[in-house]
Amino acid sequence: MRTDQNKILCSYYNDPNPLVLESGQKINEHQIAYETYGKLDKNKSNTILICHALSGDQFVASKHPITGKGGWWNRMVGPEKPINTDRYFVVCANVLGGCMGSTGPSSINPENGKTFSLDFPVITIADIVNAQLRLIEHLGIDRILAVIGGSMGGMQVLEWAASYPKKLVSAIPVATSSRHTAQNIAFHELGRQAIMADPDWKGGNYSETGVSPTKGLSIARMTAHVTYLSEASLTKKFGRKLQDKKDLGFGFDADFQIESYLRHQGLTFVDRFDANSYLYITRAMDYFDLEITHKKNLTEIFKGTRNRFLVVSFTGDWLYPTSENLMIVRALSAAGADVSFVDIDSDKGHDAFLLEEPQFDKTLDGFLSSVYSSLG
Amino acid sequence: MNNYRKDLSSIVSLVNQGSRVLDVGCGDGELLEYLKKDKEVIGQGLEIRQDRVNKCVAKGLSVIQGDAAKDLSLYPNKSFDCVILSQTIQATGKPKEVLSELIRIGRETIVSLPNFGFWEVRLNLFLTGKMPITKRLNENWYETQNIHLCTIADFVNLCDELKINIKKTITFNSKKIKTFKEKPRAIENVIAEEAVFLLTS
Repeated sequence: MRTDQNKILCSYYNDPNPLVLESGQKINEHQIAYETYGKLDKNKSNTILICHALSGDQFVASKHPITGKGGWWNRMVGPEKPINTDRYFVVCANVLGGCMGSTGPSSINPENGKTFSLDFPVITIADIVNAQLRLIEHLGIDRILAVIGGSMGGMQVLEWAASYPKKLVSAIPVATSSRHTAQNIAFHELGRQAIMADPDWKGGNYSETGVSPTKGLSIARMTAHVTYLSEASLTKKFGRKLQDKKDLGFGFDADFQIESYLRHQGLTFVDRFDANSYLYITRAMDYFDLEITHKKNLTEIFKGTRNRFLVVSFTGDWLYPTSENLMIVRALSAAGADVSFVDIDSDKGHDAFLLEEPQFDKTLDGFLSSVYSSLG
Repeated sequence: MNNYRKDLSSIVSLVNQGSRVLDVGCGDGELLEYLKKDKEVIGQGLEIRQDRVNKCVAKGLSVIQGDAAKDLSLYPNKSFDCVILSQTIQATGKPKEVLSELIRIGRETIVSLPNFGFWEVRLNLFLTGKMPITKRLNENWYETQNIHLCTIADFVNLCDELKINIKKTITFNSKKIKTFKEKPRAIENVIAEEAVFLLTS
């Protein structure tokens, strides 16, 4: 049932059982906020689990309670869309460590009644997936038809396929990597340093002052946002166009449209995102290395898997480039897995997976339909 | 039955039941579908064109978008029971390297190709003095994908040079299909329009 907790209207699952984390620490009880679309069929065989990316949330195809905007993947999820809610039961949960209703650093620690802040344990992608598994079991679903996600969502997809292959029919990692590269970590570190350099961060304890480190968080968002685009898309959209003026201002106001755009991105982000959550989730991504977590090489991890895989990359994505996605394909092929791979021609950068890319829609639609019909 | 269908059915006849097959340059997945149905193979395709990959994926085939010239290195040694290159070798930039890769990846390799030594092709060149345009080779020299055309004899020589073993050859023209243990007779280089080779290292 959907309830309204902290002004976030969605479904909630309160998991009473302790969750043992990859670090060895434990969360005694936790809550997962999620959204569902469509209906679970009689055999409970039509579930598609969508894993969101760093700045995403459970509102994949419904109005965001804070921004009032439509879902982040509205164009992909809905009736008659590739992830067809007339046919599939779609589940999307806010990640553990998130700030849209799932337990995270901005939640109250039940042991002392205070906000967790930096007392929240460091979590990993595997921990996020383990919490999702509990939710899926709570919903009475034995086997998921497809788990799909882009970017950090794709990492969760890979972790699902590595840890719980029997819980899945198919896995669709999109624009992702089997481990975070030095460049990926470097950009995240810029964001974290920006947050921690904000005097309002107060060593993470800003919940006590009621003033959050919005400057730092918005700079983190601005930096990250540039990495999601491409030179081609920036040039096409902004070029060197000036913002509401004819001549250079010879100062440091936002002269260029790109500056104004980035400032807007930063400012609106802080309304819906928690700075500490940003630290924890980027850390989880940085720690992601499937081979380290599973103590095997990629090929061995997937040896003997019966899952069907569709790996998708985008030619203009320099953050999680085609070569990183091909490493996954290479390992899956070597493991003898049933794998398809498409490299979608796009100049939109990493964000392409969220944007209008008709070839991606067609590929996804075709793959999901064939997986669905193969179940008879 | 046209020659294209003969080419596919000859290939299918050489593939073992239930084997793991890679079709390099799989197009719309016609051969893979045929193999899945007739021989219950576990099939995988490699195809460079996006629209064709999409068609395959929609049919439930597993296909990797990639280029035979560089992406065959994805696959470990002997990772497939059978690797197929159907009507494609003459369109590759480096046929010798591609052939070596196929032999490395597959326990068996099947290659089919149009025979440039076919008498109609020879006659066409002899009479017109221009690059032959036939039913099978129907594009001008400046438009054709076939940049490395060869004859049956040329291909057999390349196999000898690379110490590749020809286990079986099927040749055909519009009238006849013939099967040879190992290499075909020399006359096939004149009378066969196409050939299918079963190769091992």
